[in-house]
Amino acid sequence: MYDFELVKPKTLREAVAALQAEDAQALGGGQTLLPTMKARLAMAEQFVALSGIDEIKGVCLDDDGRICIGGGTTHATVARECAESYPALASLAGRIGDPAVRNRGTIGGSIANNDPSACYPAGALGSNATIMAEGPNGTREIAADDFFLGMFTTALEEGEIVSEVKFPVPERARYEKFIQPASRFPLVAAFVAKFSDGVRVAITGASSSGVFRWTEAEEALSADWSPDAVKGLTAPDAGEMISDLHGDGAYRAHLVKVMTARAVAAA
Amino acid sequence: MPKDTGIGASPKRREDVRFLTGKGRYTDDINVAGQAHVVFLRSDVAHGRIRGIDTAAAEEMEGVIRIFTAKDFEGVGGIPCGWQITDRQGNPMQEPKHPILAEGKVRHVGDPIAAVVAETRDQARDAAEVIVADIEDLPAVIDMKKAVAEGAPLVHDDLTSNLCYDWGFVEENREAVDRAISGAAHVTTLELVNNRLVANPMEPRVAVGDYAFHDDSSTLYTTSQNPHVIRLLMGAFVLNIPEHKLRVVAPDVGGGFGTKIFHYAEEAFCTFAAKQLQRPVKWTSSRSEAFMSDAHGRDHVTKIELALDADHNFTAVRTETYANMGAYLSTFAPSVPTWLHGTLMAGNYKTPNIYVNVKAVFTNTVPVDAYRGAGRPEATFQLERVIDMAARELGVDPVELRRKNYVTEFPYATPVAVEYDTGDYNATMDKLLSMIDREGFAERRRESEARGKLRGLGINAYIEACGIAPSQLVGQLGARAGLYESATVRVNATGGLVVMTGSHSHGQGHETSFAQVVADMIGINEDQVEIVHGDTANSPMGMGTYGSRSLAVGGSAMVKATEKIIAKAKKIAAHLMEASEGDIELKEGRFTVAGTDKSVAWGDVTLAAYVPHNYPLEEIEPGLEETAFYDPNNFTYPAGAYACEVEVDPETGKVDVLAFAAADDFGNVVNPMIVEGQVHGGLAQGIGQALLENCAYDEEGQLLSASYMDYAMPRAHDLPMFQVDHSCQTPCTHNPLGVKGCGEAGAIGSPPSIVNAVIDALHSGGHDVPHIDMPLTPARVWHAMQGGAANLGSAQPAAGSGNTTHDRSVGAGDTATH
Repeated sequence: MYDFELVKPKTLREAVAALQAEDAQALGGGQTLLPTMKARLAMAEQFVALSGIDEIKGVCLDDDGRICIGGGTTHATVARECAESYPALASLAGRIGDPAVRNRGTIGGSIANNDPSACYPAGALGSNATIMAEGPNGTREIAADDFFLGMFTTALEEGEIVSEVKFPVPERARYEKFIQPASRFPLVAAFVAKFSDGVRVAITGASSSGVFRWTEAEEALSADWSPDAVKGLTAPDAGEMISDLHGDGAYRAHLVKVMTARAVAAA
Repeated sequence: MPKDTGIGASPKRREDVRFLTGKGRYTDDINVAGQAHVVFLRSDVAHGRIRGIDTAAAEEMEGVIRIFTAKDFEGVGGIPCGWQITDRQGNPMQEPKHPILAEGKVRHVGDPIAAVVAETRDQARDAAEVIVADIEDLPAVIDMKKAVAEGAPLVHDDLTSNLCYDWGFVEENREAVDRAISGAAHVTTLELVNNRLVANPMEPRVAVGDYAFHDDSSTLYTTSQNPHVIRLLMGAFVLNIPEHKLRVVAPDVGGGFGTKIFHYAEEAFCTFAAKQLQRPVKWTSSRSEAFMSDAHGRDHVTKIELALDADHNFTAVRTETYANMGAYLSTFAPSVPTWLHGTLMAGNYKTPNIYVNVKAVFTNTVPVDAYRGAGRPEATFQLERVIDMAARELGVDPVELRRKNYVTEFPYATPVAVEYDTGDYNATMDKLLSMIDREGFAERRRESEARGKLRGLGINAYIEACGIAPSQLVGQLGARAGLYESATVRVNATGGLVVMTGSHSHGQGHETSFAQVVADMIGINEDQVEIVHGDTANSPMGMGTYGSRSLAVGGSAMVKATEKIIAKAKKIAAHLMEASEGDIELKEGRFTVAGTDKSVAWGDVTLAAYVPHNYPLEEIEPGLEETAFYDPNNFTYPAGAYACEVEVDPETGKVDVLAFAAADDFGNVVNPMIVEGQVHGGLAQGIGQALLENCAYDEEGQLLSASYMDYAMPRAHDLPMFQVDHSCQTPCTHNPLGVKGCGEAGAIGSPPSIVNAVIDALHSGGHDVPHIDMPLTPARVWHAMQGGAANLGSAQPAAGSGNTTHDRSVGAGDTATH
């Protein structure tokens, strides 16, 4: 690890201000960033720890019935507190990493990092969530469809913090993941959500462009909410899938179908 | 009735108190006053010519004491190889120099280029990052078959090729084997890869070098399985330090699995630099460094042919193996694919004709050496796979085919130069079958099918050679060391005693099990016995722990030393009781005179030995301390039968291990709990190899699986509850305890069980898949079910050419029924 300064603000406003410093970077639960720093693959002059900001922690309901999760809320908290209000999301959060990761890692950190194999981006995109970004110019609302811009890339601007993620609750939903044997991240995972006005399907782990909506499956499932509706589809283009030691594009494309059908069956 | 103490009892491991409470004293816990820290700059390319190393800016960095490169080691020896193989033509193997820091070229990712010694580790790391190494990239050779092809780039420019040796065993068998195969009723051919593994002990390697000016002596604290061997190799061959001026200490060591046997450059560096700088120098490996500097394991590509007559008797086995040596010869690397592999190719079977050919190859990869089982898993895997394949081709029961060919009379001299002293392979197979409800398998398979899963059952036998080794024999085979073991038993005046053993415990529980043996022999409490190991300053010259040899060889030395103690103590007791020495009996810690009620306690005798007021000084010396060296006259041959049941998810290719049973014959057992633990650990590593672990390089020689993000270690939830049994016991005939060794069996016997079971499952689903190379990851299994086999970015070889499973594992039409 390289030397750095650490500040730990108590309020969102202080954190936004601290991130204005030259070469400053936000530090959420640190479950990706700390190992990367230890490997000397990440460095910044100043890290702004978000873990002391109470106002971005916790889960509540807004007037529209959306579940609002503070950006600094840990996976373990979401797994516990959303178990009844949004079981599919709670199940997603409860299967990230291991207990140590779940008690440190946060939804805001996961979404801001947008690892192509992370779980939360699929939950947010599949749920049509809204991401609240707090920056020097105030608060922005960003639809999940506009937020995830590709591998490790999001619509967040320099200095913005994910303060909250708002999830509409679907009629039925499920997250099914097939883990990569070494990292235990998703090799391919599918989040399916059935709303009154249609179905959303978000896929993580598979694409070299990061999380994506599988629109063919959404259309088919909107017309016929059944695993068989997925089985009849052509798998996504293998050429656009990640290919590595753990599975080539053809295998991942195949798993997209399998995991989506299983998610529908289990929803 | 289980015993409470002594041989056969299962007292809890006394060392676990400190391990489980975080109080172990590992090498990294050792900090010598005034120590500096070294960080190695390692190559990030697989093959390149060093045009220059600019350390000027780094030397100006804060805290930097000195930066070393190869030029600082002129006149210092290279890292030696401890075993010389003679090839088929009678020539010695090609043996390149293995410098401490890269000379002229870098030869694998991780090859150390420069060493920065600084006040702190971070300062050393900072400085290492600003060293400018000007390296001209050279094409790398990764695939062994390409490495030995005409015109391949040379890993070592001063060698004639990348072929280390071409070994034939037994060369005199070759023609008979060829004849038997060409005349056989049936020949089954299988080509396979035994996948490269990273040992991954929980504790990374550490070395602390210290130099004492006052007596010109050096001390090395290191994570080693055999400190005396390190002292000899490093002192005599690398740094020219006489053994009496060099102490090597290996304190608590957090797992070895073979990879801590070898003498490594970092150890020599820290010892050397400590003297140069007159300061202790410490190195602690990071996990990332461990992946690219600890010796790897396995990495064979093999073609095996099994010939059978019309009655299904095995008539011949012929194999051709390419064995990866990596870029340099690690300490025992040449012996692994030869003597530790070829000698086991008879397996449990009375095959009369066997010929083994091994081509050892240099590549631009980390050196490969012994890893849990070392050669024997490679032998067992190919044999037990090809037998299963033959049974399938012939439509016979795989268990009956094995039984028909089992060796049943002992001693049995194999056609590959070893003699099995004892065993009962039908007994372990019977025991196994009693554990697994084979009759109920068809019903269980139907139940799995009802859930959309394919269920498979894999059964196999194994044999291994442990307790290495008779020194004269291994000397003839090229070992540059003896393989005896030593023990000193030092009895104190008050009756307690210390055993200083040349064996080394790095997880095996010697402090508990060795104490059980000595306490049992004398009849005293186990807490009267202290086991000390890991320090050349107090133990007699020992060869350390590997190859499941500790109890069979080290334990035997300890028994011999204790026998000497008892013999002398009886003389003292006879004197004290004014009786004839021949009438003295030792039982439960008391000496008695046969036929009388006279007795003296163990403590009375030990006190007399050190306070010799009433003592036969004209006959024997005072004191009670004895040393014994034990050199075995044969290997030991643990054997057994293993079975596993798997379920394959045909949609994803994922394999779940539902049940695993092991019936082992380890001969006599000292501590059944520890033995079971050893088998559990071995099974976890064997199943890890079969399903998860894969050390992969790409074509440029970059390590693809360089961290736990890509190298899959087995975890508890990957494994079923194991059923293990060691009640079949044919005691070893040639060591005093009748023990055989249990440390590697699980890792040797289990990979074929898994693969046999998966192939069985796939066939039940109508998939004619002859073989899948390990690890059987979901992607590989799924591809095999589709009829293909993707290499998934790895440049390591497929066994056969072609892209289909069949082409890769069977070759082009080699399987034939005549």
